[in-house]
Amino acid sequence: MKPVPTERLSVTREGPHVRSGLAGYLACFNGIVWREVLRFIHQRERFLSALVRPLVWLFIFAAGFRQVLGVSIIPPYETYVLYEVFVTPGLIGMILLFNAMQSSLSMVYDRETGAMRILLVSPFPRWFLLVSKLIGSSAVSLLQVYVFLLIAYFWEIEPPLLGYFTVLPALVLSGLMLGALALFISSIIRQLENFAGVMNFVIFPMFFASSALYPLWRIRESSPLLYEICRFNPFTHAVELIRFALYVQLDPASLAAVLAFTAVFLAAAIYAYNPSKGLLGRRGAPGGAA
Amino acid sequence: MSLDIHPPAVTALSVAEVSHAFGDRRALVDVSLDVPAASFTVLLGLNGAGKSTLFALITRLYDNVSGEIRVFGHDVRRAPSAALRQIGVVFQSRSLDADLSLLQNLTYHAALHGFGPGAARTRAMALLQTVGLADKAHDKVRALSGGQARRVEIARALLHEPRCLLLDEATVGLDIGAREGIIALVRGLVAGEGLGVLWATHLIDEVAPSDRIIVLHKGRVLFAGDHDSLLAMTGMETVRDAFTAMTGSAAANAQGAAA
Repeated sequence: MKPVPTERLSVTREGPHVRSGLAGYLACFNGIVWREVLRFIHQRERFLSALVRPLVWLFIFAAGFRQVLGVSIIPPYETYVLYEVFVTPGLIGMILLFNAMQSSLSMVYDRETGAMRILLVSPFPRWFLLVSKLIGSSAVSLLQVYVFLLIAYFWEIEPPLLGYFTVLPALVLSGLMLGALALFISSIIRQLENFAGVMNFVIFPMFFASSALYPLWRIRESSPLLYEICRFNPFTHAVELIRFALYVQLDPASLAAVLAFTAVFLAAAIYAYNPSKGLLGRRGAPGGAA
Repeated sequence: MSLDIHPPAVTALSVAEVSHAFGDRRALVDVSLDVPAASFTVLLGLNGAGKSTLFALITRLYDNVSGEIRVFGHDVRRAPSAALRQIGVVFQSRSLDADLSLLQNLTYHAALHGFGPGAARTRAMALLQTVGLADKAHDKVRALSGGQARRVEIARALLHEPRCLLLDEATVGLDIGAREGIIALVRGLVAGEGLGVLWATHLIDEVAPSDRIIVLHKGRVLFAGDHDSLLAMTGMETVRDAFTAMTGSAAANAQGAAA
């Protein structure tokens, strides 16, 4: 390599490059979201698998269960609906759930490779960096959900046109809640190898012990205990929030629950990543300093 | 009245009585050291000496619970934002996103320091030019050699115009040519830009006679001073012998501090 031509650096420290105040925060936020989008673009397989999974459930599982599982008239539906229609909000929730956990997985990977350090040594507050990352990964999920809804439309899943717009805030909120949970989980997991446990202990229980696949009244008939578990499952509230919003209605109880769980999960994640209080400092830095 | 024609040296990095433990394992014990501005300071220590832990504390990956760390006077714990703006860091483990291009990696880092997109791109291209990789700006990082990737990481560390540069085992795994290139690049920054550099390594042949030397062993600073002082203190003729004598005898004595 040639000797370093340092004069080309033209270092002007604290010069006009760095934006201060709100503009700086905005530049940082945009950079983090943009990186999430870029990673998403570069990982087309991730997009496809996230889409194929709910479609398999819709085309095969739901078709099979159509004749087995009857759905009575329950809000927000005003008439009998096909099982495919009932299960669609649950499958939307599935996209958000799996994407959030995928994001958690990539954070663990980033921590193992050291990329996480680059984020955490930014001069901006850590809570801001984490929230920005959370919003970035949630934004990526929205595109997948709308592509799924488009395909589902041709499978006679036809919510009102306005529902495609009113469901957006519900998707954002639910995505943030699940993303915050994933962020917290990523702080607990030390190695990628441990991530299989997340599948068994978080994703599957959350998904199956919810109203995603069957109405809660059906579950209550089968098992009152399971019904109570489902009622307290954050994922149930995300699914119900999406279900009502897709039919231009609001379920206040689900909205309140999703907001509350988001706050709790986010606070836990920020605590876990706090350098003075969190879990990382007690176990070793992201990237494994020793 | 006499005029002092030598202005006092500015301290880029000051670490005072810092200790750190992971549970019962003591990683650092009362570590104190200074890195003056416009100096190349070598932090010499074997694997497990505590170098990476020290870097993690300086960059506030976790807080120092004892002692004090200051970067150009800014306390890392109390004023992390001001302190971190002054630090550029190259970590031991590779931290570039392999799926993104060189330019995308650099502009992402610039954004993390509050650069707008236009300024980030301009600055990133200038630094890629400096490290001789401007022609690969749009290539994916995974296509780079180890030495090239390290140069990109150094460019990234300089993006936000820091005044203190930390490099943790920056040449590990590189061939001789790449190692020499990286060292020459960083020494050039000290001479040309006045950066205060803390260069952590276990490779003794990277120490030059003009460098300040800090020997870290099993979490303790055994020596801090210049090249000649190290040789004089140990009565050895080479840094290698001095380091071996120092860490060999310290290993026998230091039973309290873990690696």
